[in-house]
Amino acid sequence: MSAGTTMQVARAIAWRSIHTYVRRLDLLIPSLAFPLIFFASFAGGLSALSDIPGFTFPAGYTAFQFVFVLCQSALFAGLFTAFSLAFDFETGFMRRLMLAAENRRGIALGYAFVALTRAAITLALITTVALISGMRITGGAGEIVALYLLGFLLVLVGYGWAAGIAFRFRTIQAGPLMQTPVFLILFLAPVYVPLELLEGWIHTVASFNPSTAFLQAGRGLIAGVPHDTALAFGCALGLIAVFTVWTLTGLRRAEAQR
Amino acid sequence: MSGHSEQVAVLARRAMLKTLRQPFQLFPIIFFPLVLLGVNASGLKAAVHLPGFPTDSYISFAIAVAFIQGAMFSLINTGTNLAEDIETGFFSRLSLTPMHRISLIAGMLIGVGATGVMQSAVYMLIGLIFGAHFDAGLAGIPVVLVLGGLVAVVFGAIGCAVALKTGSGEAVQGMFPLFFMFIFLSSSSLPRNLLKTGWFHAVATWNPVSYLIEGFRSLYIFGWDGPALVRAFAVTFGLGVAAFAAVSWAMNSRMQRT
Amino acid sequence: MIFLSVVPEGDNGITVEGLVRDFKGGVRAVDGIDLAVAPGEIYGFLGPNGAGKSTTVLILTTLLPPTAGSAHVAGLDVVKDGPLVRRAIGASLQESALDPYLTGSEHMRLQAALHGLGRTEGQRRGVELLERVGLTEAAERKVGGYSGGMKRRLDLALALVHRPRLLFLDEPTTGLDPQSRAALWEEVRRLAGDGVTVFLTTQYLEEADVLANRVGIIDGGKIVAEGTPAELKAAIGRPSVEAIPADPRERERLAAALERFGEPAAASPNGAAVRLPAGVGDLAEIVRALDSEGLAIADLRLHQPTLDDVFLEKTGRSLEGGGEKQ
Repeated sequence: MSAGTTMQVARAIAWRSIHTYVRRLDLLIPSLAFPLIFFASFAGGLSALSDIPGFTFPAGYTAFQFVFVLCQSALFAGLFTAFSLAFDFETGFMRRLMLAAENRRGIALGYAFVALTRAAITLALITTVALISGMRITGGAGEIVALYLLGFLLVLVGYGWAAGIAFRFRTIQAGPLMQTPVFLILFLAPVYVPLELLEGWIHTVASFNPSTAFLQAGRGLIAGVPHDTALAFGCALGLIAVFTVWTLTGLRRAEAQR
Repeated sequence: MSGHSEQVAVLARRAMLKTLRQPFQLFPIIFFPLVLLGVNASGLKAAVHLPGFPTDSYISFAIAVAFIQGAMFSLINTGTNLAEDIETGFFSRLSLTPMHRISLIAGMLIGVGATGVMQSAVYMLIGLIFGAHFDAGLAGIPVVLVLGGLVAVVFGAIGCAVALKTGSGEAVQGMFPLFFMFIFLSSSSLPRNLLKTGWFHAVATWNPVSYLIEGFRSLYIFGWDGPALVRAFAVTFGLGVAAFAAVSWAMNSRMQRT
Repeated sequence: MIFLSVVPEGDNGITVEGLVRDFKGGVRAVDGIDLAVAPGEIYGFLGPNGAGKSTTVLILTTLLPPTAGSAHVAGLDVVKDGPLVRRAIGASLQESALDPYLTGSEHMRLQAALHGLGRTEGQRRGVELLERVGLTEAAERKVGGYSGGMKRRLDLALALVHRPRLLFLDEPTTGLDPQSRAALWEEVRRLAGDGVTVFLTTQYLEEADVLANRVGIIDGGKIVAEGTPAELKAAIGRPSVEAIPADPRERERLAAALERFGEPAAASPNGAAVRLPAGVGDLAEIVRALDSEGLAIADLRLHQPTLDDVFLEKTGRSLEGGGEKQ
């Protein structure tokens, strides 16, 4: 009898979690609705900000905000997947997975697949809504592919951070600990206006915030005016590397029940 | 004090202490609105340069949102606490006393109102420390506190209605995104006259939360704007009538089962 | 229920030496356990709540590392060879750990995939096992709607999907009706007959007595007795007679009268008991003696030694009801 390889375990876990996700409207609907609400309120409600002197963005304010919503949705897809992981610890289902999986790294990998799949569903929806609402894309095909690739890397960044917390605390009560840093990093960035139009302390903070690189790179790609693309991808890959170690050491602690 | 009033006072005190003694209930009420205020006030500072923006201090413009966000958390906390009382049977025990059944809820809501006044005072203080201008002067402070307390009571009543109907804390928590959406789709970030997107302007105009925000805001940036204050109190009253009707209806169905 | 034959390969015994597990706050749940389970044996691990049974199972199934000592399952070290141990074992733990939103079939599919079974084989195995545990009709229903007994049966089926050589059952019949319990016992016997080693924890004396080849009794994290049920009971010895007087005030006189026939033994609070040295032959004489003393008896019972008597003897407490020895 051959044992479950890491990839087999990962696929099995991904299959089960996605299956549950689409059946549970209480999970599915908020994960789809919230990005749409953000998109509607930011792109719709704040469009006047593009009239601020010095605000120039070739693709228009809708595309400007779409990039933020894409980045935010990607990070939160990773985050919410880690919530499910923590919940599985609380219900005891994780014990079944730990017992059955010969190579337990497959568990961590499986949930990463789940995060990517959830993000794909969300991003497909918000992209469709954005296009229907008249969003202009002035970037080329290759640039748009790069934008979504960046988005999927951010899914793994969000998941890696939150999964490490989930493995360590093994309870959904750690949710605020997973969420709050991500929320702060997302919003201490040029969310509403470009970096040049931020004033005061937030300009200083945003200048060093990796989220700024992600937003600027994403906006450059959608507008066809690449900006900080290499920096953004470098930051994302670097964070993924760091959070992979964070997750796997968390997994070891969960195994040792420390 | 009559026996009846004493019972209501005891329940009011219990409701207040229950929130004040639970850090994970108190923390979001204080932390989130102020963090969001700090982030938005900095991130959207450039909005004051828009032609027609009513003030040159964005924090003075935005602080009104904190009062409403705090009230939203009151909705969730009140509903969750009542749902917990229902789930543990404490509510049934109270129902067996001679206390009038509306008084059961009244005691809770008076406590919520008192907490609402306290949190409003905290927001005012923090806002003033961080540079918000309060044009209504000393006479305006009690107006803010009264309005803050009343809005907390009204939102708390909505939370009670949901709790009485569902009997489930989880269901109350699940309503959170729905209610928070009302803040996003309002004049929270820009004044209504600067909402360029047609459908968004229409939604914000119909959204009662816009008028609550504008009422608080008027005390900060205009001083005494009679129509804005009248609208805010009228909406509070109207929402209050609807909320208490919902509570009464939900109470009938809950007590019937009991 | 009939399971397919399982062909054991290699060592499928369990060896534990000096096993210790401490938890935060200085709680020592397992305190130096030594035990050995022979391949193909049904080993019953008996003890009250909080004795350390489940903690021991968690260690042996690689879900919890020990603080000290060693454990080998299927010839493999549970700490160093965890992945290989998991390949060889199946476990049905105290909490069924099922996803309420998945159906029975979907659980089987998940478990099969986790163990590396191909899709076709996994499906076939799932259908076969669900039929064996009587869940075919409920297979497409979500587990959230299953009864407690159905969940336990599904859990057992899941533990067997990959044909393990050793099976750990942690209080498998708790909450089951007598019929389901009997059916599960039958299955355990068949699995053992097929060469599967079964490590069974229970707090039910009858279960250990009826099912286990050998029993280890654990209390306070230590093994206090070990052997076959017959050996353990024989070590306590002989049957006892317990009498309850019609007038509670006569209890002392009754006890004195009985002492002529044997050593005092544990009794219920209202009665008196002695252990009979020469088997049950003295029973008639006892009745005549009590009658001649004018002692009116409300109840007279002959007890064969039970595992509870063994536990009582070793720990001073009863496993059932928690009563203290008198």
